[in-house]
Amino acid sequence: MAVSRARVRQPITRRRYLAITAITFVALVGLWAAVTGGGLVSKLFLPSPGAVLERLLEQARSGQLFEDISLSVYRITLGYLIATAMALLLGPLMGMSQRVEAMIEPLVDFIRYMPVVAFVPLTILWIGTGDAQKFLIIWMGTFFQQVLMVADAVRQVPQPMIHLGETLGMGRVAILTRIAFPAAWPRIWDALRVTLGWAWTWLVVAELVAARGGMGYRITVAQRYFATDTIIGYVIVLGLLGLIFDQAMRAAGRAMFRYQRSR
Amino acid sequence: MAPKVEIKGVAKRFGSVEALARIDLDLQANEFVSLVGVSGCGKSTLLSIIAGLQRPSQGEVLIDGQPVVGPGRDRGVVFQSATLLPWLTAQGNVEFALRGEGLARAERRQVARRHLAQVGLAGFEEAWPAQLSGGMQQRVALARSLCYRPQILLMDEPFGALDALTRHDMQELLTEVWETHRLTVLFVTHDIEEAVFISDRVVIMSPRPGRIESARLVDLARPRQPEVQADPRFHELADDLLRSIRHPE
Ligand SMILES: Nc1ncnc2c1ncn2[C@@H]1O[C@H](COP(=O)(O)OP(=O)(O)OP(=O)(O)O)[C@@H](O)[C@H]1O
Ligand SMILES: [Mg+2]
Repeated sequence: MAVSRARVRQPITRRRYLAITAITFVALVGLWAAVTGGGLVSKLFLPSPGAVLERLLEQARSGQLFEDISLSVYRITLGYLIATAMALLLGPLMGMSQRVEAMIEPLVDFIRYMPVVAFVPLTILWIGTGDAQKFLIIWMGTFFQQVLMVADAVRQVPQPMIHLGETLGMGRVAILTRIAFPAAWPRIWDALRVTLGWAWTWLVVAELVAARGGMGYRITVAQRYFATDTIIGYVIVLGLLGLIFDQAMRAAGRAMFRYQRSR
Repeated sequence: MAPKVEIKGVAKRFGSVEALARIDLDLQANEFVSLVGVSGCGKSTLLSIIAGLQRPSQGEVLIDGQPVVGPGRDRGVVFQSATLLPWLTAQGNVEFALRGEGLARAERRQVARRHLAQVGLAGFEEAWPAQLSGGMQQRVALARSLCYRPQILLMDEPFGALDALTRHDMQELLTEVWETHRLTVLFVTHDIEEAVFISDRVVIMSPRPGRIESARLVDLARPRQPEVQADPRFHELADDLLRSIRHPE
């Protein structure tokens, strides 16, 4: 109907947006409390929100929670930054030069489809179970995706912008650094934000299998003792950490890309 | 006097598509020439060959007798789509073209401000492209391509995306700018009245393969005011051109 079509994607106020978001979360926790409080499911499978919170607070007081968080954050930061730095170096070259593309892209495409999980035992064999192995898994899980996304972002820079640089007598390097890269930067930033989410998954996968400390490690240990409350608490914390990182990157994006706003 | 630009037997193929077939055309210094033709007849291709962004399959383009081997700052280009850099302000976009001129920072600012003022954008120096209308964006692009004083200006349907009223404003502005700067212009357009209004000469291209069909001198007085469009001679020329596009002899 014509009336409803006009309302598609009609903006709402920020307050209303946040209110609706809050309702979703509250409803979910409410449902969880109802299901567990009514004794519908056994505590072993799903403890109540209160029990989970209590367990988390206990771990926070003992310092274990923050130790695990900081260890995981350290691993993801380093692994992700190494992958990102490499993608930011190689991606634009791939996007600008067909030679570099021919050299790297088919290879990356090929490796990208290999299951990273399968490399977990291999990497342990190669470099042991230390932090380096965590970096390697995070790197494998993110770099190959990132580099393609960065190259694509650079490829999508409108041809006339590149031509502009040429008619201004700019060299290839100047065109890359002063036109192509800044023009692609908003898309690149989006790609980095999305891949940071994936990096979290790979971090936990790596920590689940073999680690001393970290979020994933704590979950594995908890599983051995059927400490469902710890598992759920940690999973929620992981979700929150991901959300915080994501929101931080969104906010940074909004600040950097103010120029895109029409008013 | 030797022509400023000589296009000699330029042909261009894209695989099996013959986009241009042996184009011969001279532009005199400070001449304003419009290139008119139906969509796909090769206007943009010819323009980008002159700009040095594409190589011809055959023939060559000479500027002041020297063959074109690539793009250069002697030729400014205004593209159909706005090519303003969205992360730079209007001022920043104009200054961008002045890099490498060896100007001091303050001087660069000055030159950019002056050119923005000339295209009627004084007061909009700090606006981002996204905050400007399509017409204003093309004005910035025009200021940018004028500020470093190229001798030749190549314009590919620069007003194609603008509404009729804004278009008229831009045509007047361009006439004014050209009459003060005095540079050689090749102006691609679909719009015959636009071509008659601003040019010294209108060249008509016909498609498949693109070639030059005919050319007409526009013998209307300069400086051209909007009133010229009421002149019977204006309509005579426009009708005549339209006929030669529809029924090439
Ligand atoms: N890079 C390319 N590869 C293949 N074919 C091309 C390429 N560029 C142009 N062509 C073809 O060459 C012909 C001329 O194209 P061109 O863009 O020069 O036309 P035009 O006169 O500028 O058209 P318009 O008025 O629509 O802009 C067209 O048939 C087009 O399909
Ligand atoms: Mg064209």
